[in-house]
Amino acid sequence: MGTLSKYRLLILCSGLLFVAIGLIVAAPVKWVVLWTDALIFTLMVVIIGTAWMVRSRPYLLAPWRRVVRNRIAAGALVVLLSYVVIGLLDSIHFRELLPAQEGSHQQHYSSNTLSLLDKLLTPIRIQEEKSYSAPFAIQLFSKESLQGDDGTTVRDYPRLQYGGAHLADISQRKEDITNTLLLASSYALATWVVISLLVVWMLARRHGQSYRQQFKQLIRGEMEMPWCTLLLMFLVILLLLFISMMLGVKYHIFGTDKVGQDVFYQTLKSIRTGLVIGTLTTLVMLPFAVVLGVAAGYFRGWVDDVIQYIYTTLNSIPGVLLIAATVLIMQAYIAGNPELFETMEERADARLFFLCLILGITSWTGLCRLLRGEALKLRELDYVQAAHAFGVPQNQVLSRHIFPNVLHIVLISLVLDFSGLVLAEAVLSYVGIGVDPTMHSWGNMINGARLEMAREPMVWWSLMAAFVFMFILVLAANLFADAVRDAFDPRAVR
Amino acid sequence: MIAYIIRRLLYAVPILIGVNILTFWLFFVVNTPDDMAHMQLGMKHVTEEAVDNWKAERGYDRPLFYNEQQDGMSTLTDTIFFDNSLRLFVFDFGQSDDGRDIGYDISERMWPSLALAIPTLIIGLLVNLTFAMLMAFFRGSYVDLSGVILCVVLMSISGLFYIIGGQWLVSKVLHLVPISGYQPGVDAWKFLILPVVIGVIGGIGSGSRWYRTIFLEEISRDYVRTARAKGLGERLVLFRHVLRNALVPILTGVVVVIPLLFMGSLVMESFFGIPGLGSYTIDAINKQDFAIVRSMVFLGSVLYIIGLILTDISYTLVDPRIRLN
Amino acid sequence: MNDTLLQVNGLKTWFETSSGTVRAVDGVSFDIRRGETFALLGESGCGKSITSLSLMRLVPEPAGKIVSGSVMLDGVDLLTLPEYQMRNLRGSKIGMIFQEPMTSLNPVMTIGRQIQESVERHMGLRNRAAKGRVLELLSSVGIPDPEQRYGEYPHQLSGGMKQRVMIAIALAGEPELLIADEPTTALDVTIQAQVLELMADLQKQTGMAMLLITHDLGVVAEVADRVAVMYAGQIVEQASREQFFSDPQHPYSKKLFASMPDIEKRGETLAVIRGTVPPLTTQFTGCRFEERCDYSWELCRNSLPQWTQQPTGHGALCHLMDPRYQGREMTLLSSEPEVESLQTATLAEQATLSVDNLKVHFPIRKGLLKRIVGHVHAVDGIDIELKQGKTLALVGESGCGKTTVGKGILQLIRPTAGKVDFDNNDLTQLSNKQLRPLRGDIQIIFQDPFSSLNPRMRVADLIEEGMVAQGKGGNSSQRQQRIDQLLQQVGMLSEHKHRYPHEFSGGQRQRICIARALAVEPKLIICDEPTSALDVSVQAQILNLLKRLQRELGLAYLFITHDISVVEYLAHEVAVMYLGRIVEQGRVEDVLTEPRHPYTQALLSAVPSIRNIRKKKQRLEGELPSPINPPQGCHFNPRCPKVMDRCRAHYPNKTVHENNHFVRCFLEENRE
Repeated sequence: MGTLSKYRLLILCSGLLFVAIGLIVAAPVKWVVLWTDALIFTLMVVIIGTAWMVRSRPYLLAPWRRVVRNRIAAGALVVLLSYVVIGLLDSIHFRELLPAQEGSHQQHYSSNTLSLLDKLLTPIRIQEEKSYSAPFAIQLFSKESLQGDDGTTVRDYPRLQYGGAHLADISQRKEDITNTLLLASSYALATWVVISLLVVWMLARRHGQSYRQQFKQLIRGEMEMPWCTLLLMFLVILLLLFISMMLGVKYHIFGTDKVGQDVFYQTLKSIRTGLVIGTLTTLVMLPFAVVLGVAAGYFRGWVDDVIQYIYTTLNSIPGVLLIAATVLIMQAYIAGNPELFETMEERADARLFFLCLILGITSWTGLCRLLRGEALKLRELDYVQAAHAFGVPQNQVLSRHIFPNVLHIVLISLVLDFSGLVLAEAVLSYVGIGVDPTMHSWGNMINGARLEMAREPMVWWSLMAAFVFMFILVLAANLFADAVRDAFDPRAVR
Repeated sequence: MIAYIIRRLLYAVPILIGVNILTFWLFFVVNTPDDMAHMQLGMKHVTEEAVDNWKAERGYDRPLFYNEQQDGMSTLTDTIFFDNSLRLFVFDFGQSDDGRDIGYDISERMWPSLALAIPTLIIGLLVNLTFAMLMAFFRGSYVDLSGVILCVVLMSISGLFYIIGGQWLVSKVLHLVPISGYQPGVDAWKFLILPVVIGVIGGIGSGSRWYRTIFLEEISRDYVRTARAKGLGERLVLFRHVLRNALVPILTGVVVVIPLLFMGSLVMESFFGIPGLGSYTIDAINKQDFAIVRSMVFLGSVLYIIGLILTDISYTLVDPRIRLN
Repeated sequence: MNDTLLQVNGLKTWFETSSGTVRAVDGVSFDIRRGETFALLGESGCGKSITSLSLMRLVPEPAGKIVSGSVMLDGVDLLTLPEYQMRNLRGSKIGMIFQEPMTSLNPVMTIGRQIQESVERHMGLRNRAAKGRVLELLSSVGIPDPEQRYGEYPHQLSGGMKQRVMIAIALAGEPELLIADEPTTALDVTIQAQVLELMADLQKQTGMAMLLITHDLGVVAEVADRVAVMYAGQIVEQASREQFFSDPQHPYSKKLFASMPDIEKRGETLAVIRGTVPPLTTQFTGCRFEERCDYSWELCRNSLPQWTQQPTGHGALCHLMDPRYQGREMTLLSSEPEVESLQTATLAEQATLSVDNLKVHFPIRKGLLKRIVGHVHAVDGIDIELKQGKTLALVGESGCGKTTVGKGILQLIRPTAGKVDFDNNDLTQLSNKQLRPLRGDIQIIFQDPFSSLNPRMRVADLIEEGMVAQGKGGNSSQRQQRIDQLLQQVGMLSEHKHRYPHEFSGGQRQRICIARALAVEPKLIICDEPTSALDVSVQAQILNLLKRLQRELGLAYLFITHDISVVEYLAHEVAVMYLGRIVEQGRVEDVLTEPRHPYTQALLSAVPSIRNIRKKKQRLEGELPSPINPPQGCHFNPRCPKVMDRCRAHYPNKTVHENNHFVRCFLEENRE
């Protein structure tokens, strides 16, 4: 069964690859790979490769099993994955082909870089109002002078151009929303039932049980994996997806911002920024931390002294100030070399990339110190001594005996850092040293909305949307990180 | 002991030199004075003359390391490196880009920062310890479980939410205290109470969860079993044995941040309009005033290193194992 | 008043774990009379410590729970008392001391305070009176200079002193029952002897009863009045000491005796108990020892054995003792088939290893510039000669430098001075690169089987690593064949090679370590306490294996150990180390039967033994001095019972007797 399933997977993978390549070549667009996109794809390749490796190593697989078996972690994982899917959709960028101009055979591409997510959210993306409007509103937030039918000018709340435009007047809104809600929920439920039945069928086949038995087991939670929790979480996600999409095209479900852009769209776009900061930063710092930390602990002596000096020095500079200084300098550089970036998106992306780099440089020291301590401990262990007694060369001792035994520390600190970095993005954007102001991010949303705090009544929706989306992501990440730490920490095994 | 402190102080010297060279490299080599002038005067439509004037006013027109036009010692002292970097070692911060004395500003603005930071630290520590003790005392029960869940939830909320929510609720809806501002002297409490409370609440989640882990780790040790075998009650075991051991890592973790309190909190101070060093820094960043940022970087490093030394000393004071060896 | 102090009946303590309910203590019953010493004997994991914690109601909650049973102390059932009343009893009626004196004391509290806490709690004394009582207690447990010690912290005391402090804490409430959970396991033999003697003396003075929990038959033989043997959560045999040692009944007890290494068993293979202890998560339907028992028959598999007690009070939990099955012949099943080899290695040259004046000093750096202010004289000039096919045992207490000798020979630690001559190469003169091809010739087996195998590598990769590094074993497929062969040679199966170390027990891991060492075809193996982390029955398996391999392959062993009985069984020659130097060396027969150095004499006399029970002991005062500043003159002079003026000034030279038996002591020089 082992070889067969392996082949099946291979065939499936190569098939998908062919389809993807076909699509890439055939689509009438110019593909754009931003810096962070490239890194995200690298990260995906690394993750898939690692997963492949983990499959064949029981000592690596066992802790992951423990993680997924934990109900809370499994639920958190579903939430995280849905964020990741949105983030990935938002990481495939292209420029659309403009309609050919008369008399010219040259192909022109739009100067706007779009992502797959933009494409999927097209109605929501382009339905821009004039200015602020509250969630589900059908009128603008502030009064304007309106030309009446009879030519008189009245001050009133004008109707929105898109939000609820299909309604004759506000009295129909409640009914319309309820109807859409019910319709969306029933679609979601139907989809969920089909998928759940498929899952049960698959499980029953794998375990060689009857369909009914499998169903009973699943309901009672007698299975190794918490399928019940997974499916319920999936239902919640499906419900949210259907409801937000079906309502989203009719209304601005989170309202609109100052320039009339849909806040829901902004919030979804911010997901990618949050994820990029949370993951790429650690990815960037990882090589430094691992190589230097392990080297310091293993070789000791002057190597240790030099590395310790480097990280104490870097650590002694207050992180925010170092980031501020480098970001200011980078701003000057980007402003001074506008010719390097073709589009606004590329410029904003370059800044995001540098931010990750700088955050990485300021945050590798903690992990480095941890790894140094661990390597110091490991090098005295009997199995390392035994390797020396066999005359095993240094590099092999490092790669075979030291490195695999510090991996769990790397992983734990990776997941623990993630939520902190997502939260840090908001603060940095507030301080003015975060991502580019044109980029969609929760920090920028909060920062923009903060200035409107003084308004009466308050414009609260941007703020709330950003906080709620950030909170859900960070909470899920924290819960997941806890489970990972408990499963991988050797002290917690007992 | 004195020899030990001297040794630690000497270790700090190369680190400060490293910081100094790094900041000099960042601020004058990577980012040249020309860039600074352009940024201050606006990117476009700047004449060469204006740039030169701007540089001359601040002494940035001199060479970086070696001034050939001077004689004797001045070849080395009349340079940007000497005036703007080496002078930091004697806490001579020079002038900001808009001509104010940085040293004076720092000495003025440090007090509001401390007035905000010290109460936040002390109250936060006490609140976190109490929470953690409660959770450790009721470990394994629903009190503990709900405490941990509450901590994770609190941890997952952005600090900005606490600030904005607090300002909105307390100042805007309830009108209890002014929304922002500062007044020196006794009346300062009116302006400080809200940021202090918000600072404490913002730190409860991660703080008490961490302390709880330390407590639980100590509770599982053998000496606790010995104490129980003596017939001591759970309260005595917790307060007399566990707390004292747990305080070793907790206190030393706190000591490291004490000197950095001088630096103030960037976000808190600017939100609440408190004229401390935090808002000073943030203003400098927004104005792109590199002289101030550079000074604050150096000051921060000095304070961090002092914190490290204090930590080592406090270890020797709290832990007899280290003190007596 | 009743004669029985403590009556335990049907005690069950279970633990809820992710892999099921662990029945750590599963129906244990025994009585302890006033003033007697009752020993609970068993191997690791048999539930003896959990039993003792259950008596104190200190089982770690919520995982562990006392499910049923009763513990009557003076007619009061402890298990039904409310917690606050139980607290009054802890430390006053029952005192307890634990195995690890290093971690059992609060590190940030002075020892005086820690004892005083108990005095104040139970004796109602305050301030000065309490302190006075503490000082009394300190001197009664033999701590010199109590006034000064009162204000010291645990880390300033040695292990033996800490255990004395623990005893003082336990005695502070003047208990009627003292529970001692492996009180001397973490201590050296000479210190163990001191502590055991102290406990016996205190018991005589106070008339308290003692529940001694131990795995060491020797300790039981020396101090216990009555013995209970525990196996897999149950008591399988209970008897008075004399009955138990003269006529053990249960097959498990018999096997324990047979697997003890001993000078009389030299040349024989030790008896082993095959298999492992069954997991305590299983629901037993038969005898728990059935799978490993040499006498088991069908009934043992299908019905639970009943406790059978003879009129003498000697009882056992075994079908064989049951009168209903009396008359059944004791049919011995064949014990584990030992792979007897046909070939016996031909011994080539002589003297493979000769170590000359080996010194390993570790510098101590201090001050501003990390100047060297002194040295730890871990190994301070030793000479060793080892011949092919022979075993030299290096014996000494912890801290004497014996492990450093091993690492120094291997050049894992570069020696400060001296020569290590192996096959006409002076290893100390070779660079790491030059050493590499020679590394295969000398191998090492470590004490802790859990830290000596990389948990991230499969068994096959672990064994192959050395072969690849040494370029031995041919190509890849030949190497795999060789791995299979090696695994079989050490008594494991070739399908084990695809597994990871965590799937194996301690004994199996040690076998893998041996296979790994053998893979590079060494001539000499340095065995650094290879059996001291293992239970007696497993130890026997490893010792048998080592002995067989020596016979087959002509290996030389440098056997580093503190366990005299292992030396008696295995070694040809023995060297006794004290503070970095060898004080006596010679053939095992000579040194162990007729020790000449006062230290060797004291060491041998301190070893608890089951053969000469309660013989008059020669006690050694004090503890091993620091190797940073070894005492002037003979290092042993501060502790030596026969010290002379000369000893304080000079270090004695070798005095050589017949058979190369040499001693470094002025007494011997004088005798010449």
